[in-house]
Amino acid sequence: MTGTGVGPKLIEINGVEAGYDKSVVLHDVNFHVHEDQFTGIVGPSGAGKTTLLRLLLGTVKPYSGTVTNMQGLRTAYVPQLETVNWNFPLTVSECVLMSRPTKRKLPWSTQPERDEVTAVLERLGIAQLADRHIRDLSGGQQQRMFLARALLRQPQLLLLDEPTSGVDVSTRHDILHLLADLHEDGVAIVLTTHDLNGMAAHLPHIVCINHRVIAEGTPKQVITPPVLEQTFGARMEVLEHLGMRVVVDEQPEHKGSVSN
Amino acid sequence: METILEPLQYAFFQKGLLVASLSGALLGFIGVYIVLRGMSYIGHGLSHSIFGGFAAAQLFAAQFYILGAGLWGIASALAINTVAKKSRVGADAAIGVITTASFALGVALFAKFGTSGPSFESALFGSILGITTEQIIGLLAVIVLTVGFVFLRYRALLFATFDPDVADVSGVKVNRIEAMLMIILSLAILATLTVVGVTLVAAMLVIPAVVARMLTDSFGKMLAISTIIGTFSGFTGMYISYYAGVPSGTMIVLVGATIFLLVLAVTGGRGLKRSVGLDAH
Repeated sequence: MTGTGVGPKLIEINGVEAGYDKSVVLHDVNFHVHEDQFTGIVGPSGAGKTTLLRLLLGTVKPYSGTVTNMQGLRTAYVPQLETVNWNFPLTVSECVLMSRPTKRKLPWSTQPERDEVTAVLERLGIAQLADRHIRDLSGGQQQRMFLARALLRQPQLLLLDEPTSGVDVSTRHDILHLLADLHEDGVAIVLTTHDLNGMAAHLPHIVCINHRVIAEGTPKQVITPPVLEQTFGARMEVLEHLGMRVVVDEQPEHKGSVSN
Repeated sequence: METILEPLQYAFFQKGLLVASLSGALLGFIGVYIVLRGMSYIGHGLSHSIFGGFAAAQLFAAQFYILGAGLWGIASALAINTVAKKSRVGADAAIGVITTASFALGVALFAKFGTSGPSFESALFGSILGITTEQIIGLLAVIVLTVGFVFLRYRALLFATFDPDVADVSGVKVNRIEAMLMIILSLAILATLTVVGVTLVAAMLVIPAVVARMLTDSFGKMLAISTIIGTFSGFTGMYISYYAGVPSGTMIVLVGATIFLLVLAVTGGRGLKRSVGLDAH
């Protein structure tokens, strides 16, 4: 899988300091997103992962430094599942349709719009759920619905906030494969995750942050004890398993606990 | 039949019935957006805030008191929206201070200087007496504005209501839509204030929408059902108010509350489950 970022730049973040209410969360961040990138932003809670994602989205403005987007860049965003009210009166197809850019002034959808929704739901394997209420979906199905809503915008760059948070192992695999397929189809992907073994180790490119960028590169370059200690503030061991990096907590008396 | 026709011989009742039904429809319609956005408390606060503007505007520019109260209401609505969005801690407390202070000012001004418009009690609990043609025209204008706004911005409004963060990055001008919704809400409260009353407007924003949510999982149907329940509450409440000799607002709200209890009895846990999360901010 390629995805380490060698194509044209979609977004450039240079020397950025950013945060909320005048408190600084990120210091001196330099980060570029390329057309063929598939990147996981990794770090502990409160390290600034979501802030970096919001810088890319443009919803957080830098205190200093620059964020430059490629002209006409189409970005789509998949938020964490818990950010919305799942009791909201919506069906899956209504939820997906709402993101479709339109200049149409009438409330109801057209047949071509409905066909587009059906096509994207089929692509994500949830076409049979189109008329179901959003509350009646599993966590994995809700994540797919959000992905479908994002894909309807035909994005060049897809940003996801903790896409595997709170889903089971099988769903995590499904989402990972789905994202890999989208990347193969030419969509650049940047996601945040705190899941080192289940998610980050499977990605072609990782950025470790803890209020600043600690390291970036392939899992082999980045998932190392010194980088992890700097990022998470705890000593961890790194093992090789079937060519993959596996992180385990280093505990003085009882070694071998697998880390998240 | 006699019961229905008898009050209609009075012009004041005809106007009252029309305004109460239209008010119920308007508040039921717009209430869907307010309730789904978890803004029920804001609606309550805003109606109290507008009361202050109502009293102050009568004092300083009696002939333009509707205009003055409208401007006061819009300013309050935008201030509340800003506070609610920007304050991470204590937004409810801030809203409580802003709106109750405005309400207290209104009460003080009414007590000290009296009023050239509706009586103090009428403003609080609603009255069918003294409804003017201008008020009916004003209410119709607000209805046209509200329906027009929702019709033309339906998808963007739905997106901004369900998921404002993603709507914002998807090209929806969320701040502008929210500001417009707050302006329309303040105008709706002002236009219905005379019949429903300041203290009871919030109930008519909330009850029809909550009942509609208990009955359906479809957003479009929720809009329709909430509007129908609001209209029915206004219409029926007016008649009961006439025969019982009590303020119209109280009976309109009590009809709505009775419908809520009936629907709760019929739908039981299923209805309540649907309404979970309506108070989420």
